[in-house]
Amino acid sequence: MKNSLLVTDARTKKRNAKEARFKAYGLSAIIVAMLALAVLLTSVVNNGMSAFQQTFITLQVPLPADKLDKVGNRDPADMAKVTTIGYNPILRDALVAEVERQGLTTELSAKDIGEMISKEASATVRDRVLANPDLVGQTVTFDILASGRIDGVFKGRVTMESAALDGNTSPEALILAQQLAEAGVIETKFNWNFFTAPDASDQRPEAAGLGVAILGSLYMMLVVLFLALPIGVASSIYLEEFAPKNRWTDLIEVNISNLAAVPSIVYGILGLAIFINFMEFNQSSPLVGGLVLTLMTLPTIIISTRAALKSVPPSIRDAALGVGASKMQSVFHHVLPLAAPGILTGTIIGLAQALGETAPLLLIGMVAFVREYPAAFSPESGLFGEASTALPVQVYNWTQRSDPAFVERASGAIITLLVFLLIMNAVAIYLRRRFERRW
Amino acid sequence: MEDMIHMDRAMSTQQDIKISARNVQVYYGDTHAIKDVSVEIDDKTVTAFIGPSGCGKSTFLRCINRMNDTIDIARVTGDIRIDNEDIYDPKVDPVQLRAKVGMVFQKPNPFPKSIYDNVAYGPKIHGLARNKADLDEIVEKSLRKAALWNEAKDRLDAPGTGLSGGQQQRLCIARAIATAPEVLLMDEPCSALDPIATAQVEELIDELRQSFSVVIVTHSMQQAARVSQKTAFFHLGNLVEYDDTDKIFTNPQDPRTESYISGRIG
Repeated sequence: MKNSLLVTDARTKKRNAKEARFKAYGLSAIIVAMLALAVLLTSVVNNGMSAFQQTFITLQVPLPADKLDKVGNRDPADMAKVTTIGYNPILRDALVAEVERQGLTTELSAKDIGEMISKEASATVRDRVLANPDLVGQTVTFDILASGRIDGVFKGRVTMESAALDGNTSPEALILAQQLAEAGVIETKFNWNFFTAPDASDQRPEAAGLGVAILGSLYMMLVVLFLALPIGVASSIYLEEFAPKNRWTDLIEVNISNLAAVPSIVYGILGLAIFINFMEFNQSSPLVGGLVLTLMTLPTIIISTRAALKSVPPSIRDAALGVGASKMQSVFHHVLPLAAPGILTGTIIGLAQALGETAPLLLIGMVAFVREYPAAFSPESGLFGEASTALPVQVYNWTQRSDPAFVERASGAIITLLVFLLIMNAVAIYLRRRFERRW
Repeated sequence: MEDMIHMDRAMSTQQDIKISARNVQVYYGDTHAIKDVSVEIDDKTVTAFIGPSGCGKSTFLRCINRMNDTIDIARVTGDIRIDNEDIYDPKVDPVQLRAKVGMVFQKPNPFPKSIYDNVAYGPKIHGLARNKADLDEIVEKSLRKAALWNEAKDRLDAPGTGLSGGQQQRLCIARAIATAPEVLLMDEPCSALDPIATAQVEELIDELRQSFSVVIVTHSMQQAARVSQKTAFFHLGNLVEYDDTDKIFTNPQDPRTESYISGRIG
């Protein structure tokens, strides 16, 4: 029988089967990747969304002058002698009075009722009073934080069963909290403090926020941007356009590629040895963190910049040189503008990588518990020299805490970090689309 | 020195000699690409370099404005003079030389900028225009000379890369002549163009002869015959024959030239 085109021969069948199998492998690989991503995002969002909500108690607090301003002159310096311990009973009594006013009955003692209030609340009220001494003597309405356990009730974290086994709360407190919520005294609302407040100690997870970490990460990104971008772009332009092609430049090129593959913790050790031990910059400072991340990001920026420069067609260089432009004019007038989208994309990807980096920061002490907002500049510690922490380190920090309320905080911080990364990548894509030119 | 100029003048019949190359050798690494080429190119003349691929005609062309300098492994020896000045003298800045010796490349390569900026770039970096009006005038003059003014005058702000292939090549010619060069080098300027665009560019080359010395590298013997007054035939890095175009095509002296133009080698 002669070969007919209408009959597929064995060889063609085999080739087609091979192609179909390859397509199936590819598709299943993508499905696995998407599933992994979906599981990851769902678990993070499930755990973390509640961090953006917080439970507050609306209290009318009488501020007795005889207790808060013993001298009687409304001078904040004198009033500061009353510590937060002095404010605790005032808040407790206010809540007990509120429970009575709502006509609720409970077996809880006044002390137990007082424990429904966050330990952070007295500090909040004290700060408000010291900032405005005229409040003393009046009855003022405050939105104060509920304790972590009470907060957990409204987020499903604390149940009757767990409360019965818990030394810090009791089923009665849960019932009272729910009654107060029905009365509108306790409500759960959006938690801006999560983005602005500093970290808080183990006993008050409800007050912990990302303020210091976001500020620290921002400072570090500024350091990285202002150091890594010019150094990286300048060295790539030199290597790509000006340097003679010889054994030395080959060696440099190989080493830059190797640097990109060095584990980040190695940069941490380097930073610890050089910036802290030798140059004696402050520990935990965004300056040192930024320098370490700069070293880590440089290879990424150099490699992507060189790729962008390489992708500019040589005919453009010829054209510029042909009309009598100098080498530098041809690079800066023609090559660099065409390579800019690639350079920007590489830089932003490098920054995003640096933003999420944790390991080197642990080594230079950014894992410390920091409650003070770091100033960008201070005369004692210089530019970006004040102790700070960073977003990914804050996540690491919170996952180490014992109180289960920190689980939602850690996941919330991860969501915040992911949103920042998403925004940066979106900007990178936008810039690439916007400035991409065709030739 | 003076004597040499006089001698040169005496040797050339009616034309001045613009470019004079003596014993030029070019090496790419270990490859000997141009072997001992000596040639004298007249002013206000179109000179064509023909020859099979890889014969070194483009390489030699790129010696005249020192574009080979940009290739690391290229090495040029010998003596190339323009107006009797050695262009490989250490005192010569190639940037200044290239303003004097313009170049048009094989593939149209306009900058991805507006038509106006393409033409204005050269004059701008060489400081040829004192103000915007000057620059406008140079741009218009160059575009007119390149026979592109009528098509482009209404869209000077449009990107140069949006033009058709033939228009792009004429834009590149306009860009090259905007710096007021004395010599115009063209490296197969029509190889990427269709016959109509080719005819336009050839017509243009003939007009440019009034103002410049034009050296054109071409694969097409018909093109060489149409546009040039003098033709040089290169083969395997050697300059085989250099004479008036008519003579080369009707009465070649060297058997290799004859084989090439009759289509037996190439």
